Amino acid sequence: MTAATVKVEQVSKSFGRKTVLSKVDLQMEEGQIYGLIGPSGAGKTTLVKMMVGMDLPDEGRIEVLRTAMPSLSMLQQIGYMAQSDALYTELTAEENLKFFASMFKMSRREQKQRIAYAAELVHLTEELGKKVAVYSGGMKRRLSLAIALIHDPAVLILDEPTVGIDPELRQSIWKELIRLKTSERKTIIVTTHVMDEASKCDQLAMVREGRILAEGTPEQLRQQYDAADLEEVFLRAGGVTL
Amino acid sequence: MRIRALIKRICEQMLRDKRTLALLFLAPLLVLSLMHYLFNHTGDVADAKIGVVGLPPQLTASLEQQGLDAIAYDKADKDTLLQDQLDAVIEMQAGSIHLILENSDPSQSKALQMKIGQATELLAGGMQQQGQAATSPKPGVTVEYVYGSEDTSFFDTLSPILIGFFVFFFVFLISGIGLLRERTTGTLERLMSTPVRRGEVITGYLAGYGIFAFIQTVIVVIYATMVLGMNLSGSIWYVLLTNLLLAFVALSLGILLSTFAASEFQMVQFIPLVIVPQIFFAGIFPLEHMDTWVQVVARIMPLYYGADALKGVMYKGLGFPDIAFDLSVLVLFAALFILLNVVALRKYRKL
Ligand SMILES: Nc1ncnc2c1ncn2[C@@H]1O[C@H](COP(=O)(O)OP(=O)(O)OP(=O)(O)O)[C@@H](O)[C@H]1O
Ligand SMILES: [Mg+2]
Repeated sequence: MTAATVKVEQVSKSFGRKTVLSKVDLQMEEGQIYGLIGPSGAGKTTLVKMMVGMDLPDEGRIEVLRTAMPSLSMLQQIGYMAQSDALYTELTAEENLKFFASMFKMSRREQKQRIAYAAELVHLTEELGKKVAVYSGGMKRRLSLAIALIHDPAVLILDEPTVGIDPELRQSIWKELIRLKTSERKTIIVTTHVMDEASKCDQLAMVREGRILAEGTPEQLRQQYDAADLEEVFLRAGGVTL
Repeated sequence: MRIRALIKRICEQMLRDKRTLALLFLAPLLVLSLMHYLFNHTGDVADAKIGVVGLPPQLTASLEQQGLDAIAYDKADKDTLLQDQLDAVIEMQAGSIHLILENSDPSQSKALQMKIGQATELLAGGMQQQGQAATSPKPGVTVEYVYGSEDTSFFDTLSPILIGFFVFFFVFLISGIGLLRERTTGTLERLMSTPVRRGEVITGYLAGYGIFAFIQTVIVVIYATMVLGMNLSGSIWYVLLTNLLLAFVALSLGILLSTFAASEFQMVQFIPLVIVPQIFFAGIFPLEHMDTWVQVVARIMPLYYGADALKGVMYKGLGFPDIAFDLSVLVLFAALFILLNVVALRKYRKL
């Protein structure tokens, strides 16, 4: 049994009178890709934002690498890619990467290497000098992913990372994510609506109306819902009779 | 290190946005020039035609000396004024002066009134001197002004306020919208997901936009005094210092108010609410004789203090001790807004 790197304990959160998450318990481990699936508005983004410490749970606690969140120093260990591409469009891709890299503790040499690595990973090396304003939607998404990886974080939290990315590139990104978890023992948390991607996760949690309906490996979920594939699991969990 | 990266990024962004740069550096100059032209050319009485009735010859001469065209009448009333297209009629009756003004242009009337007032004062002064030294046929009259000089125009008292206002307004607008864009595009949120401290973020923004505010202030002050020839009795360094503090207050206020705006449009809505009232309370209208509540309102406005210090230095030629109070209030305003900014960033990260 490997060590839990992210622990979510009895977390509840409401915005005004609307309860978005209620008593969520989750555990993510080192060397694991953990997928969060569920319909739009289920509370996935809210949950991962609290893991990063950008929001506080109303109840319960969240630990990352045995440190209670929010914690400023822990942010050095977390790479977060938000659901929307937050990029400085007046700047070039390289300037964006450099800027975010300098927010982390990193030597100049290290910074150069990491920028080169991250750009290569998302196939943007050739386009680094271009202004982000002229990037296509998929290119922006890739740059956003590169920024999340820039400081070599132990925990990667990716909110719908592959939206707008073509199948070929998506596959190469997933290959890299799998390499990161196996050879670098990283914890990777992804939210996704693509069931094909969900099936590549080691563990899945089905979030619906702020609760965890089911948790387990893709295979376990399929058996639990007696479904042929994850798509069916998703629909059955939502009460759709097939 | 992080602060330096923040400053560098803001500079890169600003330098690529030519329109905004132009707005920041050229717009104040353009508007100031227009205002300068407007105020220096209304109320121009250079070729005003006035009818005079029963005026002592010295007074008439003194009026003509001031460039007025004085035409003597035996009797004149409103109809004469209209018929002969006069701008005013001055009538001396039993030692008191009766003035009829055409008044289609109130600012010209004001100026005329001022000239006539000056002329009668000159005359009174002259007669006094004549009484003391009746032998000198042409008494040399010297006039002393407490503030300004014979060239003083309304614009000279207004220009310090305008300089302060433009610096305040443009810095407020650009820093506010700049930060707002970061909020709406999510880059601020992303920035807050890195280990950067909230204090570092605010320091970076203040310094980054501060550089541009500084350049703008220098350009505006130099242009106003050297090119437009605005009255500058005191030291230009105090003018710069005051404007810099004012820019800093505007900067921190702009960043703060962008917290409460959800779009650029909403940011612009703050202008009539926050900016416009300030110009009215900054001393364009003398406030001393107004109700106490008006004066209380004026005292919560940063521009009131900035304008007071600027008027003090530029028009009255005051030195540092006289404006120290105004400046310290500006520093307090900036400190307060900066503190609130650091707190407001909790919206993005609770740490
Ligand atoms: N700041 C907020 N204020 C009020 N309500 C919010 C806020 N943030 C999220 N919500 C609400 O919380 C619920 C969950 O939102 P969340 O963004 O977590 O969903 P999601 O699972 O990420 O959905 P999607 O798959 O579409 O990204 C939604 O109903 C949303 O309206
Ligand atoms: Mg979401």
